[in-house]
Amino acid sequence: MLDRSPQETKDRSAEATRPVAFRGAGFTPGGSRYSGWIALALVIAVWQLAGSAGWVNPLFLPAPSAIAVAIYKLATSGALWQHLSWSIMRIGTGWIIGTTAGVIVGFAIGLSTMARGVGITFISALFPIPKIALLPLLILWLGIGEEPKIATIALGVFFSTAISVYSGVDAVPRNLIRMAQSFNVPFHAIVRRVIWPGALPSILAGFRITSSVALLLVVSAEMIGAQYGIGAFVLQAGNLMQTDQLLAGVVILSLFGLLVGKLINLLEVRLLHWR
Amino acid sequence: MDLIADHISHRFGALDVLDDVSFTVRAGEIVAIVGPSGCGKSTLLSILGGLLRPSEGAAELRGAPPSGSLNPLTFVFQDFALLPWNTVEENVAFPLLHTSLGAGERRAVIDDALRRTGLTDFRAAYPKQLSGGMRQRVGIARALAVRPAILLMDEPLSALDSQTRELLMEDFVGLLADGTMGAVYVTHNLEEAVRLADRVVVLSRRPGRIREIVTLPMTRAERGTMEARGPMAALQGELWSLIRKEAIDAEREVQHA
Repeated sequence: MLDRSPQETKDRSAEATRPVAFRGAGFTPGGSRYSGWIALALVIAVWQLAGSAGWVNPLFLPAPSAIAVAIYKLATSGALWQHLSWSIMRIGTGWIIGTTAGVIVGFAIGLSTMARGVGITFISALFPIPKIALLPLLILWLGIGEEPKIATIALGVFFSTAISVYSGVDAVPRNLIRMAQSFNVPFHAIVRRVIWPGALPSILAGFRITSSVALLLVVSAEMIGAQYGIGAFVLQAGNLMQTDQLLAGVVILSLFGLLVGKLINLLEVRLLHWR
Repeated sequence: MDLIADHISHRFGALDVLDDVSFTVRAGEIVAIVGPSGCGKSTLLSILGGLLRPSEGAAELRGAPPSGSLNPLTFVFQDFALLPWNTVEENVAFPLLHTSLGAGERRAVIDDALRRTGLTDFRAAYPKQLSGGMRQRVGIARALAVRPAILLMDEPLSALDSQTRELLMEDFVGLLADGTMGAVYVTHNLEEAVRLADRVVVLSRRPGRIREIVTLPMTRAERGTMEARGPMAALQGELWSLIRKEAIDAEREVQHA
């Protein structure tokens, strides 16, 4: 039989006790909900104060209120939408073309020995080229219309996507593929039901990178040669010393980037809920 | 249907893993494969299940698989190999999606497999929500759903804690009791081998050769009783004495990889 007893309490009669010192504090930084926003508001307030008090020349750094007014005017005059729509068209078209090609090539590299040998060589050789450097060449090839700008974005997006897709395919646990094979699941079903969902986290992480690459390239391309587009607008404002307009453009770009980031977050929550 | 290991040898590059292994798993029989770590037990199972081509020799089948079997040789994996993006039910359904089964029939097969493994209430859960033991039950349900002739079990309990192991062992004994399914059970745990197997194949350390094939004296049902504990402990001790020296050598071996 087992010798059993209920909980044992401290023996009061014996020597005095002392608590075990706690030494597990720290190293667990937690995010605070409001501190970031408060800090941001403070910086803007100080900036506004410096502007209104005339401590800084508004030609170099206009106050936040002036930037807000500039954005408002841009929005009401319709100029904002005109510039933004051109940029969105270029980004959207270039991103979709680059992503489609990148996903196809990435999967080919991830699944076929032959494609891997050839593909990785070419990607390693061409990936480091800053794609904006190819814009003049693309203009020679494709003319001075939209095509070279879109092609530049597509190229920039393509390489990052292809890399993130094939690393995603490589990262799918081999045991899951073996499992599927052990049940005689056909190749196409293994790709669709095992490899695609397994590679998706890496593919979505790639989207995050390619969206910022696309934004960078559209602004650069528009600065080099475009009449409309946020990049062109920012450049013109700079040339005319309209700093409030210039910063309005920058703020809009930043908001656009934030929005795309949020969209990708949403996609991750929806598609990767199983993680 | 019999599963035959016919003079199987295997090398990974310069490393000899298996050396001339031959034995037969007869229909409905449970064969445990034990041996020190690194002796090629899991490699042997992969070869038997057609997931790895042996350097020499072959895995062969004799006789027709039982009618209605969708996947005669079916694995149960050490790490469960569940699709994390699928629910319990979807994981069990996974091997059935590309078979000739109609939707209604598939439904029935899935329900039956979930019921036999006690997972009916967990069918909508995702693997990450389950304990290790429940995850392996999903792996077993998935295997049962394809009505295997022979289960190929690769250390199915070694990722689990000892209490869960005990519980799942009871499940295995129950599921295999009617003798319609055979199994090859790879383990380093001699207690599991003695509890579950009809015969135990003892492999030497690398390169794995058959040291001995031990036929266990009692029926599986007899081994579950209180009176069987003594003789079973003795059997386990005997097996250990066969392996102990090799296990020590295997453990002291420096890895050259």
